[in-house]
Parts: sequence; C-alpha cells; structure tokens
Amino acid sequence: MTVREPGERRTEATVLLLFGLTGACGLGLLVVYALGGQPQVEGVLLFGALGGLGAGIVLWGQRLMPTRVHIEPREPVGGGPEAVAGLQEPLAEEAGFSRRRLLILGLGGALASLAAALAIPVFSLGPAPGRSLFVTAWRAGRRLAPEGGPPVRADEVPIGSVLTVFPDGDDSDPNAATLLIHVGDRPGQAPTPDQFLAFSKICTHAGCPVGLYREQDHVLICPCHQSEFDVLHGAQPLSGPAVRPLPPLPFRLEADGTFTALGDFPEPVGPSFWDMKL
Amino acid sequence: MSARPGPASGALRWFDDRTGLAPVVRAGLRKVFPDHWSFLLGEIALFCFVILILTGIFLTFFYVPSAAPVSYEGPYAPMHGREVSAAYESVLRISFETKAGLLMRQIHHWTALLFVAVIVLHLSRVFFTGAFRRPRELNWLMGFTLLALAMALGFTGYSLPDDLLSGTGARIAYSAALSIPFVGPWLAFLGFGGEIPTEAFLARFYVLHIMLLPGLVIALIGAHIGLVVLQKHTQYKGGPAREDNVVGRAFWPGQAFLSTGLFFLTAAIAALLGGLFQINPIWLFGPFDAAIVSSPAQPDWYVGWRDGALRIFPPFEPTVLGSTIPAAFIPGIVIPGAVFTAVALWPFIEAALTGDREPHHLLDRIWEHPGRTATGVAILAFFSVLTLAGGNDVLAFSFGFELEFLTNAFRWLALLLPPVAWIVTWRLCRARLREGERRGPPAAGRAVRRRPDGGFEEVGE
Repeated sequence: MTVREPGERRTEATVLLLFGLTGACGLGLLVVYALGGQPQVEGVLLFGALGGLGAGIVLWGQRLMPTRVHIEPREPVGGGPEAVAGLQEPLAEEAGFSRRRLLILGLGGALASLAAALAIPVFSLGPAPGRSLFVTAWRAGRRLAPEGGPPVRADEVPIGSVLTVFPDGDDSDPNAATLLIHVGDRPGQAPTPDQFLAFSKICTHAGCPVGLYREQDHVLICPCHQSEFDVLHGAQPLSGPAVRPLPPLPFRLEADGTFTALGDFPEPVGPSFWDMKL
Repeated sequence: MSARPGPASGALRWFDDRTGLAPVVRAGLRKVFPDHWSFLLGEIALFCFVILILTGIFLTFFYVPSAAPVSYEGPYAPMHGREVSAAYESVLRISFETKAGLLMRQIHHWTALLFVAVIVLHLSRVFFTGAFRRPRELNWLMGFTLLALAMALGFTGYSLPDDLLSGTGARIAYSAALSIPFVGPWLAFLGFGGEIPTEAFLARFYVLHIMLLPGLVIALIGAHIGLVVLQKHTQYKGGPAREDNVVGRAFWPGQAFLSTGLFFLTAAIAALLGGLFQINPIWLFGPFDAAIVSSPAQPDWYVGWRDGALRIFPPFEPTVLGSTIPAAFIPGIVIPGAVFTAVALWPFIEAALTGDREPHHLLDRIWEHPGRTATGVAILAFFSVLTLAGGNDVLAFSFGFELEFLTNAFRWLALLLPPVAWIVTWRLCRARLREGERRGPPAAGRAVRRRPDGGFEEVGE
C-alpha cells in the first residue's frame, strides 16, 4: 500500500477528523466536569468522543487496510472413532471401575449423604412458611388506622373515598394493608355501619396493591394486571385474571366513630398457593 | 519461527520464551472471520456486557444494598424529610449528587435493555440460518442460557433502586414462585427470605446482580467464544465458501479494527441514550411502599411478555385433589417454561423431526427450511402479542379502547396469530423455494472484484 490514491487520502483525512472530534469532545467533557457537570451535555460529548473513535477505527480498517480474502481449511471437529477409543483406553485401564461395584455403591452413598447434609444451610435462607401465609397482623379489638396515624373516624372518610388502613399502632405487616371504603349513597346522613366496607388491599392474583377505585360503579382495580373487583358484591372479581374475591375484614363501627376489627381475614390474603385450602 | 527482526521482536521473544505461545497467538491473529453484518450481533452483545460491567463497577461504589430507613436530606426538594430506604437514598445520591452519576446510571440501564435486545437478535440469526445444527448444539444451549442470565441480571438490577415500580416487579416474581404446586411457599420464602416485602431480598439481589450472575455470564461467554474458535465460524453460501473451508478476513488487522471500532460505536450509542433519554426516574416513582402502586405499571421490555401473559390469561384457579392451582401458575410459570424449554432444545427437536444429524457449517437461507422459519416466526409472534398485551392499559388509554375489549382481542391474537404466522411464513418460504427450483442454481457463485484498471478478477483461491 505504498501508492496513495486520491480516495485514500480523502479517507485518511476523514479518519483524522474523526479522531480530532474524539479529542475535542474529550476536552469538552473535562471542561463540563470541572464546571460541575450536566448529564445531557456529558452524554452528547461522550457520544461524540466514543463515536468519533469508533467510526474512525472502522473506517481505517475497512477502507485503508488490505482487503485480502483468506480461505482457511476446516477439518471435522471431532477426531472420529479412533480418538474416542483412544480416550476410552486409559479410562478403562487405569480406573478399573467395573471390578469395584461395592466401592462405587459406597462412594455414591457417601456423596449423597454429604450432599443432603450440605443442603441444610439452604434452609437458613428463609423461615419455614408455616402458617404465615394464612395470617396477618389483624386481631379482634384492633382499631383501623392509616399508616402511622391515629385510628380513623367515620366522618374522616368522605363518601366515595378509599383509605388504606393498618392495625392501630402496628404497621409492621404490609400484608395487613386493608382498604376502608365509604360507599354510602345518602349524603348528609350520619354514617351507618353498612355504608363502610373493608377488604384486603393485596390482589389475589399476583400480590400487587389494588390501588385504583372507580367510584361511580364501586369497582376496585389492580393496576398491575387489571383485575376488577365489585365492592358492593363482596369484592368478587368482575374481569381480569383474578379468581378469588378480596378477603373482607370483619369490623364494627364504634359509637365514637372509630372502627374495630373483629378478627383476622377469614382466608389468606394475596396470591393463591397450593395448600391454601388444605 | 522466523528469525527476521519484525515489529516488537524483543517483547515477543520475551513472551514466547516464557510461554511458548507464539504459534498459538499467530494462529489467533490469522483466524478467519466470515464477512457479514449479522455475525456482528453477538459481538455487539459482548460489547454491551463490557459497558455494563464498566458502568456497573462505577455504580457499586455508591450504591447501598440496604432497606434500613433513612430520612432523605439531599438536594431533591420534593423528597425532603421523607423516610426512604438507604438503597433508594443512595440511588438518588448517584442521580443528583455524584458527578456523572446520573449519566452512568442511565447508560447502565439503557445498555441493559440493548443487551437483551441484541442477544435476542443474535439468537434469531442463529435460529433462522440453522447455525445451531451439529456440531453447534452445545453453543446454542450456552447462548440460550446467556439470554436467560441476561434477563435475570436485568430483573435483579431493576429491583435494586427499591423504588415503587421495582418493588412491584419483585412482588410479582415472588407471587409466580409462590404459585408453584407443593414447593411454591418454600421456594418463595427461601428465595426472598420470608413473606414479601422482606429486608433480606435487596442484599440477595445485589449479590446475585453484581457477583453470581455476572460471574456465570463471564464464564459462559468464555466457553461460548472458545467453542466458536474450536469449531470455526459458520458461513453463508456463495463465492468460494464450502463446507470444508472458512472464507473471510483475518482477525488481524481487518476484524480487530472492525470489532474495536464497533465497540466504541456501541458505547457511543449507549452514551447518547443515557445522556439524552431519561430512563427509570425513580424520584418520580417514589420509594417502595408495599401498600402503594403507581399506574400505569410497566416493567422493562423483556419482562413485558410475562406480564402480558399474566394479564390476558383467563381467570382460572382449579382445585385438583384438594390442592389449589393458583391463577398465576399457568401463565407465569408453565407457559413461559414450556416455550423456553422448546427454544432451548430446538436443535434436538429439529434433528428428531428432520432426521438430519449431519454436521453443517454452511448456513441456510431463511426460506430454505420452511418448517423451522415458520416455527421461529410463530414464536416471535406469540411473544410480540404477549408483550403488547403487557401494555394493554396504556394502549387502551392511548387509543380509547375498552380495556376488556383489548384483553379479549389479545387473548384471540395470542391463540390465533402464531398458527396464522406459521402458515403464512411456511407458504412464503415454499413459494420462494419453488421459484428457486424453477430458476435453477445460481450461476457458479463466484465472487469477482473490479481491478483498478477497470477489469475484473476472481476473488479468492
């Protein structure tokens, strides 16, 4: 490549220009960084620096280097039956496995028991499921309260609104999250117990919080997979992939306007699991 | 070797005296790379991984994998005084206080999306050209495992900022694990350290994300490329290419320059995306709170299909012999597992179906094997429908459809589009094959090159 064609010289100039772009952008990055930094400018300058370098190198390799086509022979990957036989020979000769059936059995047993023993630490990874999927922090007598707040009173929940509540003074169990819904349709009247409903907030499909409430037809919607639950009919699923209704929280409206749980949910909250009915 | 003084002969001599590897390196420099753009997809995936490692190391210096509550006192005013996890706070610090931190974070996230996308393209190329056939079945399996690992890396990384969306994603994964009959509750509890949300899972995902999974990926990439070197590249038909040779350019200098340049170009694209296009603005989502979720809630693109499957699978929760088959089990575990297993075992399935167990080094054109191409298109169609279904709420909102109508439409599409795509593709391939037969084989298939004096010469030999 001693003869320089005009096209080649042009390419050379372009490559040089691209490398120059890299240098300029690199210096620019230094300046931007020293001035305190700005993500967008940094991104564009980094693009210029890396892009100039990459384009320059590609152009150099593609246009200025010999494009000789190489042809390399390809032998079969494997060495054929002889190679396999050659491998089997030392294996059979030096191990003599077939004559030690009993020892092989013993070794297998030893390895299996060791493996079983070494599997024990796996169970340190988490607690046994036990009954924990069946219960939440709700107990009879616990009052309904917003996260970290004092017990909620009926007149603090306007008609058509939804409040996420936990057992009063104990929001340690996220699976106790409950939706308190005021569905009353007689504005101006004193609240009555049947105007309030409470359901688990954990979707029975995949465990997302059921975060959306469509007030006009009293439907709860899970934003993850769009299961809809009919609040006025025991939170039965209307559409979407959920099968089980949201479990209702048994509660009582007290004379002072607060709400008291009468116990835990009657069935497991959240997504189903295989032995939930056993 | 040659005694004539060449470039850097002193250093090379020193090297060879101590390793004896000079002939091996020489062979490496002469390794032949067939020249086709589609062979570069795997390289781009590798480059994405390198960029992920580099930006990821930067991020590990600042990230705190802890759910411990702290009060946010940083410069982002709307979050002032709020109780957030140390993990979330550290990601806000990376975004707003660490110099170039936001850029690094966004490059990392964008590159993760590109990484999976390029792997899928590479896998599609290998699939549709039949490059997985004997003797490359092992490399297909390794490549497939790399795709699974890349998705696992993306998912674990997505969960680390401990923001509202990432917590929801982890929760859905937990529910899918929980849904497995018999072992589900144990699996979910051991994997996440108890009933979600747990404090343990951030630290676990962190170790998986920065150590275990990347370690596996590095080992597998090594084996993946090592096998390519041992078996040599496949190549397209035409020109002097035959089953018993490899035609292309040598590694040094042609391919080395092309690949190095391509690395920087990949990094440049990642930098542009990371600099200009906001991604995962966790300060807008807020910290994780088990009782809250944002709407719309969409995961990263490569998990969207599983979300779509969960959305459109009809409500179905039978009780078999007293044990519940949870609603999330079939769409969340069985269907993805079945399709992925079929893809992983495809080299063996195809060999069993066609009876073709011969070694192949020349690639098929896409129409030459209608059954394979149709199957690949059908699988891609299935995943595309599911991915779109994963955004059905956004589509419904954007285009004014009823959500229920869309969900039903996607149900039918998921059932009907794959077989329709299969038949259409098969017929198109058959038509192209017949046309090829009518025309006869292409004329000799020799490549020519124009000489500087205007004449032509044959390439190769």
